[in-house]
Amino acid sequence: MKKVLVGVISILFLSVSLGWAQSTLKLLTWKGYAPKELVEKFEKQTGIKVEVTYSNNEEMIAKLRATRGGGFDLIQPSQDRIASVQAKYHIYQPLDYSKIKTENIIPSMLEAVKKNTLVQGKSYAVPFCWGTSGLIVNKKFAPEASDYTDLLNPKYKGRISYRLKRPTLIGLAFALGYNPFELYSNPQEYAKMMEKIGEKLIASKSLVKNYWTNGDALLELLRSKEVFVAMGWDGGGWKLHKENPDIDFVAPKSGALGWIDTFALPAKAKNVDAAYKWINFMLEPENAAYFTNKEGYFTASKGVEKFLLPEIKDNLTRSFSSADIDNIKWYPPVPAQIEAIEAKILDKVKAAR
Amino acid sequence: MVVDLKVEKVSKVFGTFKAVDEVSFEVVSGNFFSILGPSGCGKTTLLRMIAGFLEPTEGQIYIRQKLVNGIPPNQRPVNLVFQNLALFPMMNVFENIAFGLKRRKVEKKVIEAKVKDILARVGLSGFEKKKINELSGGQKQRVAIARALVLEPSVLLLDEPLGALDLKLREQMKVELKKLQAEVGTTFVYITHDQSEALVMSDFVAVMNKGRFEQIDTPQNLYRSPKTAFVAKFVGDNNALEGEMLKKEGEMVLVSAYGHEFWVRAGSYRLGKKISVFIRPESFLLEPEENLSKVNRLKVKIKDILFDGANSKLLCLLPAGPEIMVALPQNKKFAHLKPGDDLNIGWFYEDSLAFS
Amino acid sequence: MAGKKLGFYVFFIPVFLWLFLLIVVPHIELFLMSLRTEDWVGNTSWSLANYKNFFSEPIYWLTFVRTAIYSILVTCITAIIAFPVAFFITKVANPRFSGFLAVLLLMPFWVSELVRVYGWMILLRESGVINHFLLQLGLISKSVEMLYNDISMVMVLVYTSMLFMVVPLLSVLESLDDSLIEAAYDLGASSWTILTKIILPHSKPGLTSGAIVVFMLTLGNYLTPNLIGGKSSLWFTEQIYTQFIASFNWNQGAAFGFLLLALSSLIIWIGLKLTRQNLTKVVQ
Repeated sequence: MKKVLVGVISILFLSVSLGWAQSTLKLLTWKGYAPKELVEKFEKQTGIKVEVTYSNNEEMIAKLRATRGGGFDLIQPSQDRIASVQAKYHIYQPLDYSKIKTENIIPSMLEAVKKNTLVQGKSYAVPFCWGTSGLIVNKKFAPEASDYTDLLNPKYKGRISYRLKRPTLIGLAFALGYNPFELYSNPQEYAKMMEKIGEKLIASKSLVKNYWTNGDALLELLRSKEVFVAMGWDGGGWKLHKENPDIDFVAPKSGALGWIDTFALPAKAKNVDAAYKWINFMLEPENAAYFTNKEGYFTASKGVEKFLLPEIKDNLTRSFSSADIDNIKWYPPVPAQIEAIEAKILDKVKAAR
Repeated sequence: MVVDLKVEKVSKVFGTFKAVDEVSFEVVSGNFFSILGPSGCGKTTLLRMIAGFLEPTEGQIYIRQKLVNGIPPNQRPVNLVFQNLALFPMMNVFENIAFGLKRRKVEKKVIEAKVKDILARVGLSGFEKKKINELSGGQKQRVAIARALVLEPSVLLLDEPLGALDLKLREQMKVELKKLQAEVGTTFVYITHDQSEALVMSDFVAVMNKGRFEQIDTPQNLYRSPKTAFVAKFVGDNNALEGEMLKKEGEMVLVSAYGHEFWVRAGSYRLGKKISVFIRPESFLLEPEENLSKVNRLKVKIKDILFDGANSKLLCLLPAGPEIMVALPQNKKFAHLKPGDDLNIGWFYEDSLAFS
Repeated sequence: MAGKKLGFYVFFIPVFLWLFLLIVVPHIELFLMSLRTEDWVGNTSWSLANYKNFFSEPIYWLTFVRTAIYSILVTCITAIIAFPVAFFITKVANPRFSGFLAVLLLMPFWVSELVRVYGWMILLRESGVINHFLLQLGLISKSVEMLYNDISMVMVLVYTSMLFMVVPLLSVLESLDDSLIEAAYDLGASSWTILTKIILPHSKPGLTSGAIVVFMLTLGNYLTPNLIGGKSSLWFTEQIYTQFIASFNWNQGAAFGFLLLALSSLIIWIGLKLTRQNLTKVVQ
């Protein structure tokens, strides 16, 4: 009797867990990266249920580190944050590129990401979308703001906002004449440079209205005209431009910071097949275009032009001259200890009076 | 004769309810004055007005000839012993008793002497350091009284302070309280619903009903000559017989009830046709001798014997009438009585009272 | 007899497992983690460096001191505001009305902390509701930024903590016999004396347990200092977050976590000593 009971229960458990594994995709990604309409379309096409959790780069890594690469089937970190993390914590598994419809992906971008995520001869990511960090400016009140240094400009006292995170430090480093990416390999020099930038930020702290902590808060600050010059993502700037033509994304003179967000497989992903299906689905031109039209970020998908709204195409040409495009500073992979240096500087800035 | 407390036409109205209705009385210095009444009669409201926790809607209160209307309780020369005693649990016995003296900024040495003295008076010498929760009920009682008495109030108000004690202790405390009052000579105003407490301790008792005083008198007079039917019923035990007045001769009235005719004393001057006759159980004579005059006589049947020591009673049935309680003396003379027996009873005319 | 024992174990095991697996084990693991350090290459070794860092790096311990001082301040303000509120509900208000008042106090807790904080942001921000009304009424001529400073941060922290102070005070004041107040009044005490000699001593256990809860909650808060506090409002929890999430330095983060636990316990212990109480009494 007991044995039968145990048998029944274990079969029940097994079938439930199997059924779970087959029918659910656990996705850890950024807000907006899995639009509801696309999720529904995917579920209809494949019968796979999608469970989305929103996060950011740092938390994605921390979560996977805590579970040693478990709990999710697919995650979307930025390409520069993968290699060093993988070398140290082994939280990803290598991608099988044969299962990905690479013909849908812009080749140069795929190659760059493959190269940047190479650890011990294997690559760990495919590109999904890209964008830049730069300035979002209300041109009515700050027509001349054009570079990161305007975040320290007394002219805009009390009307400045940026995020106390690494892009701000790196943007300022470029604007102040450094090349932080070259110093990645030299922690001592990097630390010295960061000290200097930290001092600058502390000296002009009184000019800042507030350090924004999430995208919605930033948009609200600009929308309510409480802030005229902010550092932010191009997609956010363009979103606001649609509401208020005075506000727009500006590619800074010293170069917008280019990032690529990717797809990567956690080491203990349970439903790898579903993950590949989602990757291929999202990179199909029609779906990728839907995402771009909605969120403003461009994807690595090839042949999306015919599906894009004209105003979306217009965004790019309005904010970026061809020289600006060439000047985009793409993030190279970050060595792990670099972030600890930055964190200390950021703490100092925040604590300063 | 110094009047310590004078209450003049005091009323208190809560919304539409008149809790106290034009009450007036005086308490002479050194007297033990009780206000006796059933719960809800307004006696607590009256006491709280004297203490200052409530303001009268109408009327004046004088303490030692001084009008105290509008003066808050912490500035009135009266103190109150609360029903639940309200000792401060966070302080010891000394701190409790010294509390009021400290508020008056009395010198420390004087406080210590006074507390010691009052503790001796209430029989709790050496209890200074005890915590409140280490005391027995009777000891708490004494601390509460000491705490108020140490302030030497013009009038000490007591709000049923014996209510929480068990019967035996209550009997004992009654006597002690009376003794203590006589010793210190402070004027006591004591409220209670227990007639025995009021009768045993008081010099004067006011019987209160529905916000009014029915009668203010000595305990003996209240017992012997109640002025209203309420007082007759409330003070002591009483049998009530309903009847009709046949005629009136001076103080005496001839009443017809349940087919009998009695002579009874008129309780008030004006009597209607329908009247109630009150006879106390202890007024009955068992098997009264034939030669006694001015005695009403009845023949009843014993229904039950309610044995309660000295308070034992016979429950008797009057043919075609109500049950009658008759005191049964425990002196063996009537030990032979048993339920079902017929019994002759009687009482002197003057021991019964008639009210409308 | 044996059955009784078995029954005891059956009921005890879940409690034991809960205590052990969810509280003791993670703490041990965190503690061990806090005792290890990582060099540039990623090799770990045993050391007390993480704890030393806290004391040698002013930014860390200054942040802790700041957090602790503000938490104590918030606790005091909360107590000062909560006391009259609790007193009004238990002793002054009509009993039928007081239930309603208690529910009113509870209402902000029907939404998440994040929503509450955003609510405050909408009210206080430069383009917010309060500014709008002040402008409309002509009381100010230019919008004032009321967000992003320590005063509004303390205000929101107090608001968030109110309930945790009011509830223990309600129960302790409920148990205060009104006649004690009247007796003191009758014995000649002024309102101030009644408050200090009768009501406060009686409320001490409730006040203390409320203060401990509010202090710990405030010390461990992350959202409010972060969102309302503005650019200089570094909170110690934020340091822990930074160590774990941004710097990938779990060992340092674990050490900070333990220091937070130890130092806050120390502050509470000192507080109890200063007010001559002990924890078991308060917990009762």
